[in-house]
Amino acid sequence: MTEITTYKQVWSYRTPRGRLLAWAGWLALVALFVWCWQIMTERTIWAFVQDAPRQAADIGSRMLPPRWPYLSELWAPLWDTLNIATLGTIGGVFMAVPVAFLAARNTTPSVAILRPIALFIIVASRSINSLIWALLLVAIIGPGLLAGIIAISLRSIGFIGKLLYEAIEETDTKQIEAVSATGATGLQVLNYGIVPQIMPAFWGITVFRWDINIRESTILGLVGAGGLGLKLQGSLNTLAWSQVSVILLLILATVVVSEWISAKVRHALI
Amino acid sequence: MQIGVVVYLFLALGTVDVNWARVYAGLERGQRFVMGFLQPDFTSRWRDISQGLSESLTMTLTSTVVGVAISIPIGIGAARNLAPRWVYYICRSIIAVSRALQEIIIAIFFVAMFGFGPFAGFLTLSFATIGFIAKLLADDIEEIDESQAEAIRATGASWWQVVNYAVQPQVMPRLIGLSVYRLDINFRESAVIGIVGAGGIGATLNTAIDRYEYDSAGAILLIIIAVVMVTEYGSSYLRKFLQ
Repeated sequence: MTEITTYKQVWSYRTPRGRLLAWAGWLALVALFVWCWQIMTERTIWAFVQDAPRQAADIGSRMLPPRWPYLSELWAPLWDTLNIATLGTIGGVFMAVPVAFLAARNTTPSVAILRPIALFIIVASRSINSLIWALLLVAIIGPGLLAGIIAISLRSIGFIGKLLYEAIEETDTKQIEAVSATGATGLQVLNYGIVPQIMPAFWGITVFRWDINIRESTILGLVGAGGLGLKLQGSLNTLAWSQVSVILLLILATVVVSEWISAKVRHALI
Repeated sequence: MQIGVVVYLFLALGTVDVNWARVYAGLERGQRFVMGFLQPDFTSRWRDISQGLSESLTMTLTSTVVGVAISIPIGIGAARNLAPRWVYYICRSIIAVSRALQEIIIAIFFVAMFGFGPFAGFLTLSFATIGFIAKLLADDIEEIDESQAEAIRATGASWWQVVNYAVQPQVMPRLIGLSVYRLDINFRESAVIGIVGAGGIGATLNTAIDRYEYDSAGAILLIIIAVVMVTEYGSSYLRKFLQ
């Protein structure tokens, strides 16, 4: 009996070809990174970059201690911010629901025309941040809460619409078939077959979006759309860094509380 | 409950103070904007647009690469099953800080520190990437199949070898998927942080709107939508291909 003492093949994770491809991929990534880095830093003024630690220390010393009495001026903007987020979410939901039903493959009235339009609305709304919507709306309808509310609701259409139409497409076809087998009309199928199935998803998505909207509405004021961001912009422009730190802490607290509420609600729903 | 909702709506709508004369005056501008959107003007500001777009795209890529590279050690450190307790708490607090602050607020600070331009934007996006990738990576590592790690450990492997041979193969596909997804998010964000001076296409857009050049603004928005659509389809295709 001969004993095998040496193996011809050494086990390796990849084949030689695979290894070569992986290396080529990494090399391409590194090359691309270096190339992009050079283009990006072409116009960077390095003196400012080297100066950064000193600037940071300077700003830090101005921010501390926070000017707490300023907090009393912030309750009204905070209320505005909450209203922007909530009313914006409500507006967004009202616009997103029909879009979602048009975009879902199983409920759309026409696959050829209406579905692509609905999908385009969703993509356009999703790819433009609410701050950019606000920037446009402030230019069009003037600064104030209304611009913020519309900006938030326009941005929410895409988010709610996308998640909702995916939920509609994932509904159980058996229940829909059972309802339509009783001779139900299209509207009745919608009402008794589909809506009950997507209701939990719908509330979950809405509360989740509300939480994101609170986060976004705190900064919408930077472009003039009301709320806490307006105060932030004012303090930044007057270089009142001790007020900036109060506002930032308030924003942080608001975001944490809204996240907690939304997590609680979603937990209760699911 | 329903009464509460009605009362809230009444109170909230009462705070919305609309200057209808201003809205009416703005409608003409709105119409011009819609016209600009329908007839976008790519040519007259093409130099600014291409400059902003190249800044945005390069900023997106470099910040994603750097952000992911930094978030890998932090993500490993924030996984309860791999890191000792004190490392775990440090890494989780780094993640919490990075996630709590919005990009735009970080951008304001980085612009104040590092001056205007894409470098501040690059730092902002890298910082934001850390919170996103490190958290999801850490959660993913915590959910790995422990029996594989156990098997590698049973061969007498060191900590590094466990990470390399038991954890890495399990989380790698998801990590690549997440990085591609983050690339997509970073491009969208790069369009926003330009508003506060961090370079990129957002700065160009802000300038165009400030100059009331709605046809150029429409062109920029169409470019943003197109790039986002391309990256979104590309990234979802790539993620499907990887899984």
